[in-house]
Amino acid sequence: MAELAAVIASTHHPFYYRASTATGADRPPFADEWVAKIERFRETLTRAEPDVLVMVGSDHFHQLWLDNMPQFLVGKAPFFDANWYNEEREFGLPRMTLRGEEDLAAHLLRDGLDRDFDLAFSNELRIDHSITCPIITLRPQADLPIVPVYTNIFAPPLPQPRRFVALGRAIREMVESWESDERVAVIGTGHLSLELGGPRQFGEHGPDPEFDRRAVEWIASGDIEGCLAEVSLESLHHPGNATHGFMDFMLMMGVAGEGAKADHVDTLDLFHTMEAYFTWYPDGVPA
Amino acid sequence: MSRYLLDKFLFTVDRDPALVERYREDPAGTVAWWEAEMANTILNCTPAEKSTWLEFTEDERRALREHDHVTLFEMGAHPFLTLTLFIAMFERDHGPLEYQKAYGKAMEHLTLPYPDIST
Repeated sequence: MAELAAVIASTHHPFYYRASTATGADRPPFADEWVAKIERFRETLTRAEPDVLVMVGSDHFHQLWLDNMPQFLVGKAPFFDANWYNEEREFGLPRMTLRGEEDLAAHLLRDGLDRDFDLAFSNELRIDHSITCPIITLRPQADLPIVPVYTNIFAPPLPQPRRFVALGRAIREMVESWESDERVAVIGTGHLSLELGGPRQFGEHGPDPEFDRRAVEWIASGDIEGCLAEVSLESLHHPGNATHGFMDFMLMMGVAGEGAKADHVDTLDLFHTMEAYFTWYPDGVPA
Repeated sequence: MSRYLLDKFLFTVDRDPALVERYREDPAGTVAWWEAEMANTILNCTPAEKSTWLEFTEDERRALREHDHVTLFEMGAHPFLTLTLFIAMFERDHGPLEYQKAYGKAMEHLTLPYPDIST
C-alpha cells in the first residue's frame, strides 16, 4: 500500500512569487523573512521524499463557473496546465505544466464515490494559484505528478465545514489504501481570516487577528472538535468575507487526524492576511 | 435582481484582455453590447444554443456603466470578481496598493452582515 509521507497545510498567497523574485527597489521589505520561512517550510516536504502530491485547492472562477458548479472535484488527466491570464496580470505568476497521477485519481474517484462522496471529475483541468502557489513554495522544480482536488469555498451554497473534515479523513484512508509503493504527500491550501472586495481588505494585518490566532491553535494542535464547535458557514462571514477558504484548512485537519499535533508550525503576519504553514509526519519525523 | 448575470458579466470581461480594456475605456458601450450579444450565451455551448431570458435591471446596467463597485457589492455581485476586474482596470493609475486601499475605504460605511452573494 502507498505511504502517507507528509500532510501539509498552507495559506496560498499569490504575491509570494513576485515578492520572492523581486530585486532592488522592487523587493518589498518583508521579502527576505518570507523567503526564509518558505525555505524552512519547503524543507519539511523535501525531507518526506514524496513521489506523488495530492493537491487540495479551490478554483477561483477560472474553469469552474456558476452554470455548472461542482462542490468537490478530482482532476484525472495525464497533464495539468496551470495559471491563468488574470493571475499573470495581477500576480505575475508563470505558466506551468504539471504531470498527473491518473491511477491515484481513479482510485480516489472510485473509492470516494463508494464512501458516499459524490465527487465530480475533470479530464481536462487547468489549475490555478490555489495549487500552483504551494508548488512554487514547496516544490518549485514542479517535478512530481499530482492529483488535484478542488473544493467549493467560493460560490454559495457551500458544503458544511464537517463535510470538509470528513472528506479529509476519507482522503487519508483512500491514500493509505492505494495499491502502490509510492510515497504520497497531501498538500492543501486555504486562508485564515481574509477580506476580498469589501471594506476590511488590504489592512495592516488580516481582518481578524484574533480569529487567526485561534485558527492557528486549532490547526497546530489538531483540535478538530473544538474547531467544528466554533466554525459554521454563518460564523465564517465575521472574520472576513473570503474566510470560507479556512474550510480547506479544516479538510487538511481531517487528513492529519484528531489530536494530531503539527510537526512544523510557522506564521508570518503580513498586510492584508496572515500566512500560516503546517506539516505533519504521520509516521514520525524523517531522519 | 440578477446576481448571476452581474457575475457573468464580470467573469467574462475579466478573463478577456481585450474586453478588460474595452470596459475600462467605454463602459456604457461595453455593457450595451455585452447584454445584447453575450448575456444569453451559455459558455460551454455552441453560439446557436443560447438562453432566452437573461437581462439586467436598469439599476444593474447603471452600476456597471458607472464602474460603481460599491453598488455592485451592495447588489451582491461576487466581491472577488468585482475586485479582480477593477484592479485590472484601475490599479495602473495609482501607486502601489493605493487603489486597493481606496476601494475598501469607499465601502467603509458598510457593516455586517454583507449582502448575500449566493446565486
